[in-house]
Amino acid sequence: MERNQLHRLVALSRQPLFDQGFLDEQFLQLEELQDDANPNFVEEVVTLYYRDSARLILNIEQALERNPLDFNKLDILMHQFKGSSSSIGAKKVKAECTFFRENCRAGNGEGCIRTFQQLKKEYATLRKKLEAYFQLTRQVGPAETACRPK
Amino acid sequence: MARNGVVSMHWRSEKIDGFDLSPPDDEQVHVLAVDDSLVDRKVIERLLKISCCKVTAVDSGIRALQFLGLDEEKSSSVGFDDLKVDLIITDYCMPGMTGYELLKKIKESSTFREIPVVIMSSENVMARIDRCLEEGAEDFIVKPVKLSDVKRLRDYMTAREFRVKNQQIGNNNNIKNNNKRRLSARRNIWNGIVFVDDLLGMFA
Repeated sequence: MERNQLHRLVALSRQPLFDQGFLDEQFLQLEELQDDANPNFVEEVVTLYYRDSARLILNIEQALERNPLDFNKLDILMHQFKGSSSSIGAKKVKAECTFFRENCRAGNGEGCIRTFQQLKKEYATLRKKLEAYFQLTRQVGPAETACRPK
Repeated sequence: MARNGVVSMHWRSEKIDGFDLSPPDDEQVHVLAVDDSLVDRKVIERLLKISCCKVTAVDSGIRALQFLGLDEEKSSSVGFDDLKVDLIITDYCMPGMTGYELLKKIKESSTFREIPVVIMSSENVMARIDRCLEEGAEDFIVKPVKLSDVKRLRDYMTAREFRVKNQQIGNNNNIKNNNKRRLSARRNIWNGIVFVDDLLGMFA
């Protein structure tokens, strides 16, 4: 594929990620930290996020199997998960984290379980989209990709 | 003085840049970053490095104290002179020792109390911010941390060096610094709007 065609493809792939609310401004902030010496910084952070948060997801799952539920512990775990999600600009995931914490504070166990299912869906969807996006950007090269969506 | 105007924070950064206060290469600002989150540590490290700071990142308050040599049980073998930590930036919510508790320990130390401590938190709670400022925190950043937050800290560090080297240290400096601390923190919340008289007060 021609270089400028690839470039256009990257721009077209980025747009929906922001328009559809999967990513927010923080993702752009991370892209601003990339340079020739660190061309894959965003991908590195995202990879680290998915690796690190897998542990949190497991802990939350285990905590949700307890009876009775320890809402305080669940809230603490979700606070950590929300923090990391926020740091990479994972907008929808972050929103689900907020809903989950609201359910914790309301002592709503069913709400927590329901929200967590939704959260895992968003988390998985984002991962697929970002994997595809990074695959594309690796072909194009870093200088071409960092452009603010319209 | 009556509060009769607002000015964008952008003006302040430009003003400091105009003084050309960049330190020589061998005097890089050394920041000790404390955060239990692996992702956040990676991001803050990059933010600081790209802002020309030397970074030591640790995952807990205990480790931070060990690095500084303040921990009673296990001290760093490096002497204080070699460490030269110029700024400590710490997360508020951490298991074990919170950022607030770390702040208190640092301010209680005669050796390290002069090092500015900045608190980061995902939660924008006025009571928390006030508590940290009361305890001597220099600034409070609402997460996620942005490049503009770090740049502001960097500018502050350079301006601080300039002030310390060239001004007489008088009583009025303490009042100005206290005002500036509160001003900085509130700036975060009010998205960069400050009052003109406070700005002028800082440069008087």
